[in-house]
Amino acid sequence: MSKVLAAGFRVVVLIVYTLFSVFPLFYMILNSFKSDADTFTTFVVFRPTLDNYRAVFGDGTFVHALGNTLVVSALAVAVALVVGVPTAYALARFTFKGREDIAFTILSFRFAPGLLIAMPLYVIYQHIGLFDSVLGLVWVYQLIALPLIVWVLRSYFEGVSIEVEQAAHVDGYTRLGAFWKIVLPLIRPGLVASALLAFIFCWNEFTFPLVLAGANVPMVTVQSLNFFSSNVIHYGQLCSAALISALPEFILALLIQRHLVRGLSLGTIKG
Amino acid sequence: MEDIQVNVSQEGVTIPRARKKISDKWIPYLVMAPGLLITIGVLYPFVLAIYDSLTDLSFNSPTVAFVGLQNYVDMFRSPSFFHSIYVTVAYAVITTALELIVGVAMALILHRMTWTAHLFQSLFILPLMVSTAIATLLWRLMTNPTYGIYTRFLDIFGIHHFPWANSPRTALLTVVLVDAWVYIPFVILIVLAGLKSLPPAPFEAARIDGGSFWFTFRRLTLPLLRPILIIVTLFRLMDGLQQFTIIYAMTAGGPGDALMNIPNLAYEHGFLYLTFGPSLAYLVLLWVLVFIVSRLLVAYWNRIRMQEAEGE
Repeated sequence: MSKVLAAGFRVVVLIVYTLFSVFPLFYMILNSFKSDADTFTTFVVFRPTLDNYRAVFGDGTFVHALGNTLVVSALAVAVALVVGVPTAYALARFTFKGREDIAFTILSFRFAPGLLIAMPLYVIYQHIGLFDSVLGLVWVYQLIALPLIVWVLRSYFEGVSIEVEQAAHVDGYTRLGAFWKIVLPLIRPGLVASALLAFIFCWNEFTFPLVLAGANVPMVTVQSLNFFSSNVIHYGQLCSAALISALPEFILALLIQRHLVRGLSLGTIKG
Repeated sequence: MEDIQVNVSQEGVTIPRARKKISDKWIPYLVMAPGLLITIGVLYPFVLAIYDSLTDLSFNSPTVAFVGLQNYVDMFRSPSFFHSIYVTVAYAVITTALELIVGVAMALILHRMTWTAHLFQSLFILPLMVSTAIATLLWRLMTNPTYGIYTRFLDIFGIHHFPWANSPRTALLTVVLVDAWVYIPFVILIVLAGLKSLPPAPFEAARIDGGSFWFTFRRLTLPLLRPILIIVTLFRLMDGLQQFTIIYAMTAGGPGDALMNIPNLAYEHGFLYLTFGPSLAYLVLLWVLVFIVSRLLVAYWNRIRMQEAEGE
C-alpha cells in the first residue's frame, strides 16, 4: 500500500513540476501568435496571426539588437577561446608557482558582483571612448566567458593522459605539434560544448550591457525592457521577441546536453 | 614527469638538463600570458572600485575628493542599507533552499525513471537557457495583477486580485518564483549526474536488507552526495546574494523598497542619484560577504573530499 502511495506521490510531484516548468514556455509560444485583442479573452482557441512577428521584425531596433547580440557574443567567445585554451592547458599540464592562485583568481570572476566591475569600467570607458562600443562589451564579457572556458577545458585537458602526449613526442611531434594535432582533437567535443555554453551565457547577459552600452550597441536583453516602457504592453510582441531570442539557445543547449553538467559546474563535477 | 619528457628533442638528442630547466620555468607563464593580461585588465577596475569607494566620486560634481571611510560610516548609519542586507540574505537563502529541495526531489524522481528521464531532462533544461532578463519579463506578463494568466488562474480558486509584484507582501514570492523557474533545472541536472555516479553496491545492499526510502536517503544518498550538494549550494547562494537582473527587470527594487537588495540599491545610488562613491561602498561590502561565504563553502568541500580520499 505504501509503495503505491509513494509511486502516486512521485507522479503528482512530477506532473506539478512539469506544469510549472513548461507552462511559461507554452504560454510564450501561444501568445506570440495571438493578436492583442485575443490576448485576454482567449486561451488555446484563437485565430493565429503572424502580426507580432511582423511588428517585431519590421521595427529595425529589435533586428539591430539581435545582430549586435550575435556579433558581441561570438567575438567574446572567440577571444575567450584564443586566450583561454592555452591558459587552461598550462593550468592542467604544468606545475608552477602560483598555479592555484591564478586558477582561483580567474574563477572568482564568475563570483564577483557584476556591478562592482561594471561601474568603475563605466567611468573608464567614458574616458577612453569604449562606452557603448562592441570592443568595450567584448572586453567585459571576458568575465563571463573566460572562467567558463578555462575551468571547463582545464578539466578536459586533465582527462587526457600524459602518456598520450609522451607518445606523440616520441613520434617526433614538437610540444606545440602534439598539442595541436593530438590533444586538441581529443577534447574537441568538450571544447565545442564549452564554447557554445559560453556563447549562451554572453547572449543572456543583462547587467554589463545595461551599464556599459546604449543606443549604439543595443543588446536584446536590455532592449526587451522597452516593451514595458509604453502605456500599452504588447503581450504578443514581447512573447515573439522572447521566443526569437530564446530559440537559438534551446537548440544549442540540446546539442551539447551531454556536456552541460561539466560546463555549468565549471568543470568541478564531471557529469 | 614532464621534465624528463622535454629533455628529448625532435632528433632524439638529449639536451643538457640544467639549461633546459631554466627556460622551462617560464613556459607556463608564456603560454598563459594573454590570459594573465586579461586577468590583470579585469583586476584593475576591481582595485579601482575599492579606491573609488573611498572617494566622493559623483556625476553631480566635477571634482573628486578622497574621503576615507566616510562612505562606509554613512552606510552603516543608513537604515536603508540594513534593510537591503535583509532583502539580500532573505532572497539568497529562500531561493537556494527552495531550489535545492525541489531540485533534489526531482532528481531522485528522474533517477528512478528509465527511458523517459532523458525526455523530461531535455524539457527541464530549457528555462535554464532563457536569459533571466527575458524570463522575468515573461513572468511579468503572466503575473500582471489585472490581466496576467496566473492572476486569472487564481481567480478560479477564489483568490481574486492577487497583487504579485505590486504589493510589498507578495513581491518577494514573485521574484523567488522566477528564480526557481530558471534555476531549479540547474540543481536537477547536477544532482542527477551525481546520483548516476554513486557506487551501486551500498544501494543494492540496502535494498536487499529492506531499508526504507527514508533510511536509504538519509544514511546513504545524502552523505554520498554531500560534495555535489555543496557545489550546488555554492553556485546558487553566490548567484542569489548578488541577484540583480531578476529584481531589476521585475520592479527595480520596488514596490517602495520591498525588493531593494544590495545590487539594486547600489545601482539606484550610482545611476539615479549619480553618487558612485557610496554606491561602490555597498558593492565592496557585498563582495566581502560573497567572498567569506564562498571561502567557507570551498573549505568545507575540500575537507569532505579529503575525508573521502582517506576513506578509500
